[in-house]
Amino acid sequence: MRAPADSDSAVTEALLSVENVSLAFGGVKALSDVSFDVRKGEIRAIIGPNGAGKTSMLNVINGFYHPQEGRITFKGETRARMRPYVAARGGIARTFQNVALFRGMTTLDNIMAGRTLKMHRGIFWQILRAGPALAEEVTHRHKVEEIIDFLEIPQIRKIPVGRLPYGLQKRVELGRALAMEPDLLLLDEPMAGMNIEEKEDMSRYILDVNNHFGTTIALIEHDMGVVMDLSDRVVVLEYGRKIADGTPDEVKGDQKVIDAYLGVPH
Amino acid sequence: MFYREAGQFKTTYAADMAVFPVLQDRIGIGVILVVAFVALPLFGNDFLINAVMIPFLVFSLAAIGLNILTGYTGLLSLGTGAFMGIGAYACYKLTTIFPNVNILVWVIASGCFSAAVGALFGLPSLRIKGFYLAVATLAAQFFLQWCFIRVPWLYNYNSSGAIEVPQRTLFGLPVTGATATATTRYLVVLTIVVVMTWIASNLVRGRIGRTWMAVRDMDIAAELIGIRLLQTKLSAFAVSSFYCGVAGALMVFLWYGGAESEVFDINQSFFVLFMVIIGGLGSLIGSFMGAALIFILPIILRAAPEALGLPLRAATVEHLTFITVGALIIGFLVLEPMGLARLWQVGKQKLRVWPFPY
Amino acid sequence: MDILYKVFIDPFMQMGAAPDLLVQTMWEGLVAGVLYALIALGFVLIFKASGVFNFAQGIMVVFAALTLVGLYERGIPAFVALGITIVAMYGLAFGVERLVLRPLVNQPDIILFMATFGLTYFLIGLGELVFGGEPKVMIAEQLYLPKGAIDLKILGGLVSLQKIDIAAAVIASIMVVGLGLFFQKTRIGRALRAVADSHQAALSVGISLEQIWVVVWFAAGIVALATGIMWGARSDVSFALQILALKALPVLILGGFTSIPGAIVGGVVIGVGEKLGEFYWGPLLGNGIESWLAYVIALIFLLFRPQGLFGERIIERI
Repeated sequence: MRAPADSDSAVTEALLSVENVSLAFGGVKALSDVSFDVRKGEIRAIIGPNGAGKTSMLNVINGFYHPQEGRITFKGETRARMRPYVAARGGIARTFQNVALFRGMTTLDNIMAGRTLKMHRGIFWQILRAGPALAEEVTHRHKVEEIIDFLEIPQIRKIPVGRLPYGLQKRVELGRALAMEPDLLLLDEPMAGMNIEEKEDMSRYILDVNNHFGTTIALIEHDMGVVMDLSDRVVVLEYGRKIADGTPDEVKGDQKVIDAYLGVPH
Repeated sequence: MFYREAGQFKTTYAADMAVFPVLQDRIGIGVILVVAFVALPLFGNDFLINAVMIPFLVFSLAAIGLNILTGYTGLLSLGTGAFMGIGAYACYKLTTIFPNVNILVWVIASGCFSAAVGALFGLPSLRIKGFYLAVATLAAQFFLQWCFIRVPWLYNYNSSGAIEVPQRTLFGLPVTGATATATTRYLVVLTIVVVMTWIASNLVRGRIGRTWMAVRDMDIAAELIGIRLLQTKLSAFAVSSFYCGVAGALMVFLWYGGAESEVFDINQSFFVLFMVIIGGLGSLIGSFMGAALIFILPIILRAAPEALGLPLRAATVEHLTFITVGALIIGFLVLEPMGLARLWQVGKQKLRVWPFPY
Repeated sequence: MDILYKVFIDPFMQMGAAPDLLVQTMWEGLVAGVLYALIALGFVLIFKASGVFNFAQGIMVVFAALTLVGLYERGIPAFVALGITIVAMYGLAFGVERLVLRPLVNQPDIILFMATFGLTYFLIGLGELVFGGEPKVMIAEQLYLPKGAIDLKILGGLVSLQKIDIAAAVIASIMVVGLGLFFQKTRIGRALRAVADSHQAALSVGISLEQIWVVVWFAAGIVALATGIMWGARSDVSFALQILALKALPVLILGGFTSIPGAIVGGVVIGVGEKLGEFYWGPLLGNGIESWLAYVIALIFLLFRPQGLFGERIIERI
């Protein structure tokens, strides 16, 4: 349970709100009528047993899946369906369950790729590379090096990411998402497959990102300890439906949630 | 002990991101350039320059073009021959319609034509991926080759269907046509290839190169970090076709001196693809190595048995070339899928620690 | 207006004016389509069982035909030559499995695809070296394949059906039905389908991938041999066939890469479409549009349905 922050008491507006979203693949209903919001500056956890539709929810927010029903409101704009490019432009960044890094490129290039939206020099200057294009590269390289220092990975800068161990790959992926300087950061099981130390490191990074940069974070996580410690509020999904929504303590004691995790038929 | 980076500290990011960060590499490139620009014209014989160096450079350029599309962006293309042809025919038309404009201008312009057509045939790549896209490029290859035969305007209604290159000059020296010397042509081609290789290396190290590689590695993730897929793929097609178009124009104007449509058929597409595979997908230096290997191979296959006293017929040499190339492709894919470029990197790595084993 | 008339009205009027010619052209298209379909069938077999897109299928057709004719020319009786060729195709399948497929077993599909390019050129070079590059005549008579034509006086004119073409269609149908039954009913067929679904799952129930792959490439080799015989009987056996074999790619796009009936439907559609296009619309554009029409048809088709007529929609999961 983390120390109360200023934002807890004040009623902050919702950065993202999801209304009545339903998503189906053929006959399989991934999400049914799910609604919740994510307030600016908070850390929101999305939890639930396997197959609950958590990753599908993130995919809908990103614009990768298009829901059959429902709306998404991000930064005040409401859409029936998001598009990936629009989401990225709007300030949504994301990590994936099965690390989606660019395996042919080094750590540095992967994180630099995250700066693409911020780089504007056209093909003419790119051809020459000297002058404005090079200056732009150097500026963004500074930023990327800051992220590399923050995530404590300077020694693997030039290594192709395909060769890195899983835990480091997840960190690089976080770095790439951070490079986008997002308003909303979606993390899909950032702690999966990590040992205690790695989890502590990752939790520290997530908290720092939230405190320092004020980035709003929505994360999917299975480790209950992490969820209770990190998050401000929690949403619980089961079989594509929302069954609980509130602070970690409220949700912990909710009988429906306990039943869902223990597998009590209902 | 010769190839050590010890003591070479980079103090700026710009220095770190340079093409050849290591001093020994810079010296090496300098030596190669001096040999290419100075030693070869002075000491090389005409055969070496005309039959080996010029085509090697031309095919390296085409291989760079295809590498950008297939190696860096992951879009398999079987239309290289046709795109080279567009460059050649465009240059021919432009220079016959406007004979007083400098031929180099038209070579570059024909590259732009090729880029435009390449981008057009690249439009389907938004919907189509992988093998299917290869079939789309086959459509481009066969359709364009048909145009080269069936649109007589392209070869100025010449009854043989072939084009013959008119004489053009540069700084008063003839560079195309029968009177141009091998050395002049070689220097022009060398300059163009060096400049365009430099440009290519700038592109792949910068923002555009990263977007290409991101689309190759995982286009879904690329989209989600804000890369626009269609624009990236079209830019890959356009730049790649530009390079192939210029290569085609150089091939016809500064090497063959003429052309028929068969020159740009599907076998040509495959040969450039083999150069890229053997040289290493996604490597500029690999393009040169692959072109060298595929190009030098028939020469060796003809010369070696002759030297041993068993001369072979030209047709046999061609068959042996096919067999060897086919076997090399399979061999490389099995043993070193990243091609000669990777072998070179491994070699340099061993050189770094020499004389120690690791 | 004139152009609109020429493109959209005139060809159909020509079709109506001489219906016997229309039927003849469609028949020619059907025949070509059957042959494309047979090549596509070879692709489908290999793709279904190993996920490898065998670009070398075309050259295997030529190679099989050349081996057969080459052996006969050296004095070996026809059916013995046939037997030896079948053994040779088995040898080829075995060699490919051992030298190409097994070392590349874990590589991405595109690498295997490129390896088949290498295989193609290897076989082209080998074939030309051993058998020479001049076109050869297929030993159709010696294999008791029918000659001559059946002339039908219908629709006010004459429609001529070559007997060899009818034989080709019949043999192709027998093969398709046979292969279909093989896949559905036999133990090996079931194993092949299992391998097509998931290599790892098949391994875990004890199916030997290597054996399956040899079987499948051998089957594709037999199909290639039959195709080579049929095709060679209509026109000579030469390396030009190999380029024609690329036409199987549009067939696969239409029919899907994993569907046997799809290969047939796709082949017929491409064959008939190509011939009709060449005959009725060709003169408008200058002749020879056969060289690219099939690819453009496939391309247009892909734009609307990227997975082909019978293929499965790929849903990407991240």
